[in-house]
This record gives sequence, C-alpha cells and structure tokens, in this order.
Amino acid sequence: MAALRPAGDFDRSYEQDMAVVRRPWQWAGLVVGLLVVLSAPLWGSAYLVGTANTIFYTIIAVQGLNVLTGYTGQISLGQAAFMLVGGYTSALVTTHLGLPFPLAVLVAGLATGLVGLLFGLPSLRVKGFYLAMATLAAQFIIPWLSRHAFPDLLGGTSGRIDVPVPVLLGVSFSEQRLYYYLSLAALIVTTLLVLNISRSRLGRALVSIRDNDLAAELLGVNLFQYKLRAFFLASFLAGVAGALKAHSQRGVGTEFGYGLEESIILLGMLVIGGLGTNLGPFLGVTAVVLLQDLARVTGQFLSELFPAIQSRLLNSFRPIFFGLVLMIFLIFRVARPGPPLADDQGGVAVAAVCAVIRNQE
Amino acid sequence: MDRNAAILSVEDVSLHFGANAALSGVSFDVRPGEIRAIIGPNGAGKTSILNCISGFYRPQQGRILFKGQHDLTQTPTDSIAALGLARTFQNIALYTGLSTLDNLMAARHIHMKQNMLQSMLYWGAAQREEVRHRQVVEEIIDFLEIAHIRKAVVGALPYGLRKRVELGRALAMQPDLLLLDEPMAGMNLEEKEDMARFILDIYERRGVTIVLIEHDMGLVMDISDRVVVLDFGRVIADGPPDAIKQDEKVIQAYLGEAN
Ligand SMILES: Nc1ncnc2c1ncn2[C@@H]1O[C@H](COP(=O)(O)OP(=O)(O)OP(=O)(O)O)[C@@H](O)[C@H]1O
Ligand SMILES: [Mg+2]
Repeated sequence: MAALRPAGDFDRSYEQDMAVVRRPWQWAGLVVGLLVVLSAPLWGSAYLVGTANTIFYTIIAVQGLNVLTGYTGQISLGQAAFMLVGGYTSALVTTHLGLPFPLAVLVAGLATGLVGLLFGLPSLRVKGFYLAMATLAAQFIIPWLSRHAFPDLLGGTSGRIDVPVPVLLGVSFSEQRLYYYLSLAALIVTTLLVLNISRSRLGRALVSIRDNDLAAELLGVNLFQYKLRAFFLASFLAGVAGALKAHSQRGVGTEFGYGLEESIILLGMLVIGGLGTNLGPFLGVTAVVLLQDLARVTGQFLSELFPAIQSRLLNSFRPIFFGLVLMIFLIFRVARPGPPLADDQGGVAVAAVCAVIRNQE
Repeated sequence: MDRNAAILSVEDVSLHFGANAALSGVSFDVRPGEIRAIIGPNGAGKTSILNCISGFYRPQQGRILFKGQHDLTQTPTDSIAALGLARTFQNIALYTGLSTLDNLMAARHIHMKQNMLQSMLYWGAAQREEVRHRQVVEEIIDFLEIAHIRKAVVGALPYGLRKRVELGRALAMQPDLLLLDEPMAGMNLEEKEDMARFILDIYERRGVTIVLIEHDMGLVMDISDRVVVLDFGRVIADGPPDAIKQDEKVIQAYLGEAN
C-alpha cells in the first residue's frame, strides 16, 4: 500500500523523513530566529541580554531534567544541587588547574554526571514518589557537604568562592553582552544532543522505560543500565548549566541558592513547558522567567490605575496572576495528546507548579 | 535443526502465588515451524505459562528450554529477547506515548549496535543504522497495513489497531518464536479475520513458530497444528485439533465453564 502523507510533504528518503527541520518554512523560521538571537546583544537592553543569558543556562538544566523525568519517567528533586556540583567543579579546575573554559565546562558536566550516577542507584529498587524521596537526599547532602567538606577549597561556612571570568583567545568575557554568546553556544550544543537522543536508539529505550517498563524489559532493554544513563545525562546537563551559571555570576556556593526550592522550580518549569517534549524546556523556562516580569509590570500598571487599592494590588497581584496563567498553561498541556503524567507523578508535578507560584510572593 | 527437536520445551513447571497454584507440573513442547495453540477456561493458567516463558514470572519448579540450550527460567528477563523470543500481551503493553513507527523501531533495540555516544552525536554511524532498521520496520508496517497510522501516537488509537501495532512490534524483533496472548480478543469479525490472515502469513511466509492463546475455538481448530489444553493449572489434553475436539476431559472442562 502506498504511504499516505499530508499534501506538500514529499520526503524522498528516510534520512529526510527523520530530519528535525525539514520544510522550507521551518528552515526560514530557524534562520530568522537564529539571526534575532545572535544579534540581540547588539540592540537589546542590558536587562534583556542578562535575562536571556539566565534563560539559556536554565534551559540546559531543565533539558537534563527532561531527559530524566520527561523521557525516562524518573522524578528527581536534586537538579539544583547538581548545578552546584558543576559550578564548583568548573570553578576549581579553572582556578587551580588552569583549564580553559570550554574544557572546564565539559569536565564539570562529566564530574556531575558521575555524582548523578551515584544518586541514581536507588532507581534500581524504587520508582515514582519513593525515588523522588531518594533524590531528595542529593538535594540535602550536596549543599551540606559544600559547606563542611574541604573548607579551604569550597569556601566552608561562608558558602561561597569566587569564580574567574572566562578568557578565550585573549578575549575576556566579563561583560554580559559577551558572556551571552557562551551560554548560547552551549545551549545550541545541548539542544542538538538532546534532539539526537530523542530520535535514536537511546531515546526510544528511555521512553519505553517510562511508558511500560515491563514490556521494555521483555524487548531487551536493561532497565537499570538505561535508568543510570538517564541519571548521568540529567546531571551532566545540570553540571554544564551550573558551570555556566557560576562563571556568569562570578561565584558559586550555597550563598547563591541551589536549594530544594530551586530544584522544585526547575521541575515546575518542565511541567509547565511540557514533560517529554523537546520544546518543553524552552517554553517552560521562558514562560516562567518572562511572566515574572510581566506580572510585575502589570501589577504596577494596575496599581496606578486604581490608587485606592494600590498596596493590596502590589502585594497580591503577582501570585494570583501567576497562578491563573500557569493554570491555563497546564490545562492546555493536559488537553494536548501525548504522554500523560503517571499517577504517582501527578502530585509531585502539582507541588512543583505550586512552588513556582509561591516563589512569586 | 532436526525438525522434530523442540524449539521450546516446558518441563514440569509449577508456579504458585501464596497458597494459590496457578500452574502444577505443566509440560509440553513446541516444534519449529508449527502453530501451537494453548486453550483452556478463564483462569486456567494460559497467561501464566506465557509469563513464565518470557521471564516475567519465575516458576518455583521446572525448567523451560529454548532452542535446546537456554533455560528461560534462569535467564535474565532482558536477555530473553535477544535469544529470539517475542510476545504480545493480553491487555496490550505498547509504549503509549510513542508513534506507531517508534514503537516498532523500539523493538529493533536488540538488533542495533549504536552506543550512547553515537546516539547523541547521531550523524554518521547512528543515522546510517537508523535508516537501515527503518527499512525493516517499514516493510512490517506495509505488511500489517498500518501505514496510515505510521506517525500517530499509539495511546490514542482504537483498540483493534493497537492490537495490530503490538503484533507489529513483536514482529519487528524478528523472533524465531512468537507468543501471542489472545490476539483477537475483543475484536469484531472483520478485525478477527484480518488478524487471522496476518498470523497465517507470519507463519507461512516468515517461517516464525507461533504459540497462540485464543478463546475462539473455531479459529483455533482451523489454524493450529497442535493444541494443549489447560484447566486449573494442569495439562488435561495435548494433541492435534481433531483429537482435542473429541477429548472427554476437554468437553467436560468447557461444559463445566458453561454451567
Ligand atoms: N500476579 C498474580 N498474582 C496472583 N495470582 C495470579 C497472578 N497471575 C495469575 N494469577 C492467578 O493464576 C491463575 C491463572 O491465571 P492466568 O491469568 O494465567 O489465567 P488465563 O488462563 O490466562 O485466564 P484468561 O483466559 O482469563 O486470560 C488465576 O487463578 C489467577 O488469579
Ligand atoms: Mg490470560
């Protein structure tokens, strides 16, 4: 039987059919988008460029979470702690070993990946809610260790060490307008990696664990090996994101955050953007970061419009606005066809979204 | 291989859940190139024996030899597929979030060689491998007449089509022995006829040995070479369809169910 395809879709080979960007309009969109993003530091305000930089490396961390939670169905509540590992690693290898920045970021990713493997071990025995509890251990142990182990190297109870400004080919990336390109380059690379994972043997094995782990086993997927791979990849990306964040804010340590709240918010961003979709991390991170500002601006505007209830508006508008918009997001997410949340993950997902809202107060 | 040497031999298998015996001393064999039916009333232990063969249940007693040398009761579950065994499930166990195409491609897992790094880098070795296996999968898609739902997410497909996709996923593993647990249950007449045609084609054209659990007696007697009958976890009869039809114990077991 001849293949039925939508009109205008004439793939001549399987390579073409398997390509991610295939229609002319997709190529056009990609080129225009890249031009806008590449030129943004030339025309954008300092605020815009700074925000975009934050969005870029946060997306990388959420992409990692997406591999683990979105594809493989394993909940993790330790992504912020893994970013801390990446930040420290990159800081130490640049400061003490003098590694060049790109290599330092890679080393940070690999080191964090190994730490992630360690905390992924419980996934052999437990799933869902209980696994979330096990990953919580990472979220408590890692920041605690950073304050108490090797105080000379990690800053001890001060909770911070300085991180050097990256210098590449004689150019110092001290300005946000320049640093922006480092985060962007890293994001482009991680996006390609994640896209490739999702369309190849590795990605299908991960998703098959999420969708039906018993069937996956009977189809020859070694569950434990592949869950560990997912943990490695998730923390590898957290490590890369953490390194970028550390060099961008020129410091790393618990003084800068990296707490449970941040881990949950990363998960919330993923849930809002769409678990298990490659666009999800982009949508979720951008939506949450931009909505924060939209809420602030709208709140101010309304309070000028209604001076009588000004103080109340300024206090409560943001969380309410945020809650409403996220609810709308979630409804559309739920209504969309695609993998529904597993029962024992729904609660964690809702809690994660609530944390994002609460963070607005 | 000697035509009469069994591809699968189930030897004295017993399985119990607490005090409840699901299987008691079950023995039978499957010869290469036959359609072997397992029948029996509800709760007789048909699915349980399939679960033991596919490494999903571990029987407390007995062994299950595959191709004369692998004892499946001692083989890790995830290593059984690579030996050449595939199955479908009574209540469909597809990857609901993936498309038809990806469900079938996922079944190529055991035949693919790309490692984690090659998957991540994709261009080059991994892409070539994906294309090669895509050709195998497309051929099965054509054979099962599911080209129109190639890119549809299977969770949203109607029941009859999902059953067909699941058969496709098992076929994509290119097994030597295929276990089918009620592939026609809950289907209308037309869908059943399609499914029977596919099963016969698989058997005749692809030379796959088939173990079939099915409740539709007419159909079982039509297409199978030999039938084993289970009742309360025991084998009560084993032989060609004509002999089974006449068997007193079998008639009793089914009469018992009808009352
Ligand atoms: N996981 C399990 N835990 C406890 N008991 C089980 C389990 N699996 C099967 N059984 C029991 O084993 C017996 C045989 O069940 P099985 O599913 O093998 O029957 P079946 O012949 O496939 O029936 P059906 O025609 O309804 O599919 C039943 O009494 C059932 O309750
Ligand atoms: Mg059954």
